[in-house]
Amino acid sequence: MRQQVLVLYLSSSALDSHVVGWSRYDGTGRTRPTTGDGDEPPYATGLAALHDGWRLFQASQLLPPQPGHEYDVSFLKHEFFFEKVEEDPRPGT
Amino acid sequence: MPTSKHLLTSVQVARFVAQGSLRLDGVVPREINERAVATLDGGLPQVSYGTPLSAAFARDTFVHELLALPLVAGAVESLVGPEPTVDHHAVHIREPHEGHAQDLHADAIIDVRPDAFDIQLMYYPHEVTTAMGGTLSVPGSHLRRINETDVGRVQNLRGQTRLTCPAGTVVLLHHGIWHSGRRNDTDRRRHMYKLRLNPTVPQVRLWDTSDLHDPAVAAELGAGFPWYEQATARLEIHNRVLLWRALTGDDTFDVEYWVTRVTNRPTQRSQA
Repeated sequence: MRQQVLVLYLSSSALDSHVVGWSRYDGTGRTRPTTGDGDEPPYATGLAALHDGWRLFQASQLLPPQPGHEYDVSFLKHEFFFEKVEEDPRPGT
Repeated sequence: MPTSKHLLTSVQVARFVAQGSLRLDGVVPREINERAVATLDGGLPQVSYGTPLSAAFARDTFVHELLALPLVAGAVESLVGPEPTVDHHAVHIREPHEGHAQDLHADAIIDVRPDAFDIQLMYYPHEVTTAMGGTLSVPGSHLRRINETDVGRVQNLRGQTRLTCPAGTVVLLHHGIWHSGRRNDTDRRRHMYKLRLNPTVPQVRLWDTSDLHDPAVAAELGAGFPWYEQATARLEIHNRVLLWRALTGDDTFDVEYWVTRVTNRPTQRSQA
């Protein structure tokens, strides 16, 4: 079995908010996603990925800002990891 | 400030503060572009850190001619002032059919100076098509505090810029911008020349300020980008206002009421 990983960055902490960023990692080796390889997100919302069979396995924690750093901006806050598990495309290897 | 040197306008500088970049499409003449391609293939001599720009490049080099173009010289002076120093320069070549893009990153190390910034001049001496993997950059990412490739997990952001441009294009970037050299899926080498410049004077009203109070300034500073999270987008505007206050020396400037509201402390003031 091989894992397909989809990372969606959402507009808020709600899973049905819209996608603002995305990444793909392909454990089957069939595709080679990389930085800057597309302008259109694969799904409009995190919920739409669930509808398409992706399984959520991690979501960003909601962490209050550090005192004194309330206005700092950094990484995207609302990161959701999804997976699909597929048959090994190279059985026996 | 005089306007004879092709200095930027306040609206253009406000756009740079919001977006973290300024594009000058096709501003370099063909003869400089052709010399640049020939030179870049052979590499460039090192320039010592901190060398004054005016002393860094001989008059017969393409870099000297590039920096002497009025539009380029005016934009550079508007952002980092007269007599900046050279931080470093480099030739970036993306080979044909490279398998992987660079991870998304900001250059150097995390750099959170609130009232100063370096610029990175990126010069593309030949046309860049989509398939050639022009530089990916993320508008409005320059004030996000990340260290180099720590953000490399992120592959795509809505509204990202996958640069395509005519030959002779110059892009000026704030040092904090998130960017990446994209995968080159063609048979042709892609060249880019990068020059980082450090200011040597306070970066206050270095541009043509005759339009400083144009309503378009606030409109630029309040611009949103498709990849911003709903709540963080407001912090971005707050932080741009602080940078604009530093660049103009006007500590009353605001966009709507974002900074004024959260710095209003009448009780403390009345007890002082």
